[in-house]
Amino acid sequence: MPDQDEPVWVDTTVNGVRHEEVVDARTTLADFLRGRLRLTGTHVGCEHGVCGACTVIVDGAAVRSCLMLAVQADGAVVETVEGLTDDPGDLTPLQDAFSRHHAVQCGFCTSGFLMSTTAALREGPVTDEAQARDVLSGNICRCTGYTGMVAALLEVGGTRDDH
Amino acid sequence: MTTTEPRTQKMIGASVLRREDRRLLTGAATYLDDLELPGCYEAAFVRSPHAAARIVSIDTSAAAAMPGVLGVWTGADLPEIAKGIPPKVVHPQLRDVPRVPLPADFVKFVGEPVAVVVATSRYVAEDALDLVEVEYDVLPAVSSTGAALAASAPLVHEGAENNIAIHVVQTAGDPAAAMDAAPHRLRERFTVARGGGHSMETRGVAARFDPTTEQLVVWDTTQSPHYVRNTLAYLYDMPEDGIRVVAPPDVGGGFGPKAQFYGEEAVIPWVARLLRNPVKWVEDRRENFVATMMERTQVHDVEIGFDDDGHILAIRNVFEHDQGAYCAGLQVPMITLSTLPGQYRIPNIHTELIACYTNMVPTSSVRGAGRPQAVVAMERMVDRAAEHLGMDPVEFRRRNLVQADEFPYRVGLTFRDGSPLTYDSGNFPLLLEKTLSAFRYEEQRSLQAAARAEGRLVGIGIAAYVEGCGLGPYEGSRYRLLNDGTVLVTLAAAPQGQGYETVYAQIAADALGMDMDLIRVTTGDTSRIPFGQGTFASRNTATAGPATLQAGQEMRGKLLQVAEAMLKTSAASLTIRGNRVEVTDDPTRSVSLRDIAGAANVGKHGITLAPGILPGLETTVYFAPERAAYASGTHAVAVEIDPETGAIDVLRYVIGHDCGNVMNPMLVDGQVLGGFAHGVGNAMYEEPFYDETGQPQSTSYLDYSLPSSMEVPPVELVHIHTPSPLNPLGAKGAGEGGTIPVPAAIANAVEDALRPFGARITSLPITPPKIVDALSTDDLDGTGPWHG
Amino acid sequence: MKPGRFTYHAPRSVDEALAVLGQHAGDAKVLAGGQSLMPLLNFRVAEPGHLVDVNRLPGLSEPVRTATGWHVPALVRQRAVERSAALTGAFPLLGRALHEVAHPQIRNRGTLCGSLAHADAAAELPAVVTALDGRLRIASPRGERTVAAADFFVFHLTTALEDDELLLGVDLDDLPAGTTTSFHEFAGRRGDFALAAVAGQATRDTRGVVTRCRLVAAGVAGTPLRLRAAEDVLLGARLDDSALAAATRAAAHEARPTGDVHASAGYRRDLVGTLTRRVLADIAAAVPTEELTHA
Repeated sequence: MPDQDEPVWVDTTVNGVRHEEVVDARTTLADFLRGRLRLTGTHVGCEHGVCGACTVIVDGAAVRSCLMLAVQADGAVVETVEGLTDDPGDLTPLQDAFSRHHAVQCGFCTSGFLMSTTAALREGPVTDEAQARDVLSGNICRCTGYTGMVAALLEVGGTRDDH
Repeated sequence: MTTTEPRTQKMIGASVLRREDRRLLTGAATYLDDLELPGCYEAAFVRSPHAAARIVSIDTSAAAAMPGVLGVWTGADLPEIAKGIPPKVVHPQLRDVPRVPLPADFVKFVGEPVAVVVATSRYVAEDALDLVEVEYDVLPAVSSTGAALAASAPLVHEGAENNIAIHVVQTAGDPAAAMDAAPHRLRERFTVARGGGHSMETRGVAARFDPTTEQLVVWDTTQSPHYVRNTLAYLYDMPEDGIRVVAPPDVGGGFGPKAQFYGEEAVIPWVARLLRNPVKWVEDRRENFVATMMERTQVHDVEIGFDDDGHILAIRNVFEHDQGAYCAGLQVPMITLSTLPGQYRIPNIHTELIACYTNMVPTSSVRGAGRPQAVVAMERMVDRAAEHLGMDPVEFRRRNLVQADEFPYRVGLTFRDGSPLTYDSGNFPLLLEKTLSAFRYEEQRSLQAAARAEGRLVGIGIAAYVEGCGLGPYEGSRYRLLNDGTVLVTLAAAPQGQGYETVYAQIAADALGMDMDLIRVTTGDTSRIPFGQGTFASRNTATAGPATLQAGQEMRGKLLQVAEAMLKTSAASLTIRGNRVEVTDDPTRSVSLRDIAGAANVGKHGITLAPGILPGLETTVYFAPERAAYASGTHAVAVEIDPETGAIDVLRYVIGHDCGNVMNPMLVDGQVLGGFAHGVGNAMYEEPFYDETGQPQSTSYLDYSLPSSMEVPPVELVHIHTPSPLNPLGAKGAGEGGTIPVPAAIANAVEDALRPFGARITSLPITPPKIVDALSTDDLDGTGPWHG
Repeated sequence: MKPGRFTYHAPRSVDEALAVLGQHAGDAKVLAGGQSLMPLLNFRVAEPGHLVDVNRLPGLSEPVRTATGWHVPALVRQRAVERSAALTGAFPLLGRALHEVAHPQIRNRGTLCGSLAHADAAAELPAVVTALDGRLRIASPRGERTVAAADFFVFHLTTALEDDELLLGVDLDDLPAGTTTSFHEFAGRRGDFALAAVAGQATRDTRGVVTRCRLVAAGVAGTPLRLRAAEDVLLGARLDDSALAAATRAAAHEARPTGDVHASAGYRRDLVGTLTRRVLADIAAAVPTEELTHA
């Protein structure tokens, strides 16, 4: 095992902004986003791919940023929760629905859920409870019991809003 | 200064949307690991791989020499803080054993920290962990209460006679005689395992020491900042004002484990002080699995005595509680002791606790805090008694419920808060009826009968509970009129998602008679309010709530008094509208809150205050409840079992809930539904396994299952409200009711489903393999009656 | 839970990848989807000195039609397989099984071949590929070779791949006309590793007599377990109730799983029987599509 850092280039676009950074090869994408780019909206919950708190969108697909190396995002387009809305004042319909249906309590899982559901809604509508629960099942929440999230997802899930 | 006006109630009881949401939804929240701490070092802990061992030697030289490592300390290197951490909840009979932050001589559980590495990054700190060489002399370990109590069991703590931490008996009436005389007696042994809190954010602590002021600032994901401050002041022998403990603006869930005090919380600020540099430790999930306190296993031996008419004459419960290697707090089993009788009038009660030391991480409260286990013991025996008599279990319950006109009801036991267990208010029969009505009980029984005729295994279960909440000793709320004319409300307790910034602003708005927009709530900082207890045990609405109400009313009085002096009129003729105080009958005569602040807070330099102007508009109230309040609930569930796989399908679930007066219905529902998910986990999914040597076997989410949206079934909620007479809000607690009876309700339903086979459920969580085991005969082929 | 240090390689050709693997044989790990490897790195259960990221290798991302079926190369993501009408049409087993594999967020990165190379005994895809008689194409300094699925899986987390070899892809032959398939799994929670799973296919002639069948169980042995005794019961028989019952009993007897804290050996064995029966019931009831050979 090497005893020094292994610098590698990462040239990646995050929330529309291009970043060219040198990182230690073993830096995970989650730690790169949080530590280097100071986009702390992506959270680290388990570091083995189960809880989903770290979910971001890479090249259009929802992925666990704790299971990717930052260097693997070289040349990729990354979206995090901070990029969901351009205007800091606005909430997207999905975010607004999360609030109105009390789908947020401690908020630690929220970013991951927003990214997973955003990616799912881009693939197609969500129209019934069973499907909503299926979409939500890839992330874990320990506070809300999921009821509010199901309601929020069903509220926005039928429409083809700009997600 | 009292006001004679009636209190406005516009905001209390309204489902106001949360102020917290915006930053949480847009990735702008600040959790501990998000704090900007320039130049901060990061720590990692060397942890014991053995459940019991003597530490022979620790060689930190190679780790300390690694580039990027600032220091490595063992317990022996930190003698100044090698003091026993006082347990949070004690008892005169507790045989306490000191738990030091970093043990120097013996390790008592896998995951116990033995050394800390501080480095330039967590990556480097973990590299250095591999270089710390610890030599252990492995000792025999105790891995269950059964093993702890066995004759010639190894001792978890040397110098003791046995592994019993405490042996407590509480009785009411004459249980031995009553049981002997009972026409019917049934007895069973239940093993109830619960698990960890598993908040999505793990624990963490960061600290910075300023040598010029000798001030230590500690950011901590704790549920109880003042408890941490007091404990650090004791351990460090520092004045309490020299230590500021702040819960970060956002904490990602608590559920109990973050309300305890851990060795890491003592070590990190200390090494930050030694290094004269900020240091941060963020627990990773692997550490969280082994070193964060959890609830584990209780074994209940319960006997019920009853008559032909289904009246409970006596209940006797003797239970073993796995306390873990140390007593960080005795609250869980003490709560189990007194939760047993629940909603029933039971004249003769024997409830007995044997808490055992074991070589596993100390146990402590996890949402529900010892109540689910007691509810399993009581509610399972109620169903068994009903079965014995051929009586509907609903009818059996009806015949034993404490009635609505019997409050305050003295159970005859002592609650964990030291006061006689006295239910303040409730209406258990109404709760049962409303739950059953929403559940459509008669229809569910008909459906069950039809399903049984088809050979399908459908079962119905009910479970009821009473929950002591709103605990003392007190909680605090401080108001200050800011110079800009807005009001700052400071709570001592720290939230982890409960919506304090919103709901306490609602209470304040009504107390002040002011718009909620002009009120801001801040929490969890020991420098902003000197005394506090924290967020746990569903206590804040009933303690911080009344404190906020009273302080707000006092503040209103002061504001009006100053306005009266400035407007030269009587306070009774004033109204607060928006950010101004007006003469009710002549609104052109008014003064702004900003002007009031200017007159009272700022004053004119060197000039005497005008008569009637109160200097400095602030007020602090600590509300100390006379005793605990009691929330209650009744759950009803229908399940279907697949006899081949043992899969449990929840067909219908109704929660009946009574938490007294509700401050924000949306938030209360959120607590109940969130608690329900924990209950589902306890009932069917979460079990922390350890082997006979005390090695944890479930150490990741691949082995330990948290319920997702697929595992938590839809649920219907019905509420009743029996206000508590113990506080002016009439509030009780709502944080744990969704959790408490779920394992019992589902166990009752599963056993009901299996009743045609006479299969018994005596172990929680209930998993498909356990159900198939309960169903199977001694047929070695493994082909059961349902096979072709 | 941060990975230990490694030297990072991102080869641009298979030869380059083989060279690195050969040079550091035994101390190198291949990173494709990373969904199995990254947790091991984060837990430091695996601490390879060299990480060979094969995601930049060209020509390995698209399924390719072959003379006898399909070739799914190493970098085809599980999600791409799941959403490929061509692949799931030709191999409905893949679609059914993939729906049970973890969650979409994992399948977006995880590769089909990565799951095969990882060879977790409780994983679904190795059992499915075994049931489809897949052939694994392996790049090697000693010359490319092909290994049948039945020989590829050696034990839990162990395959026929040498330290200096790279899995290039898997060949799946079209199912013969008259074939129907099914997959059933039982797990603690949706998306979890299976307590047991059974993948099956059976080809029947115009009289409804089984001419060929494969039944493979996951999660009950160190590798996918071919339920040959059950298959033997069915060969030459019609899929009627007594054949299904006999095959079910044979399957339950054949499985010799070990127990653990989650489920006893007896439970898993019975589960294999139950799942086999359900698979066979589906297979019996399904009507084979006319044309399975061309997509």
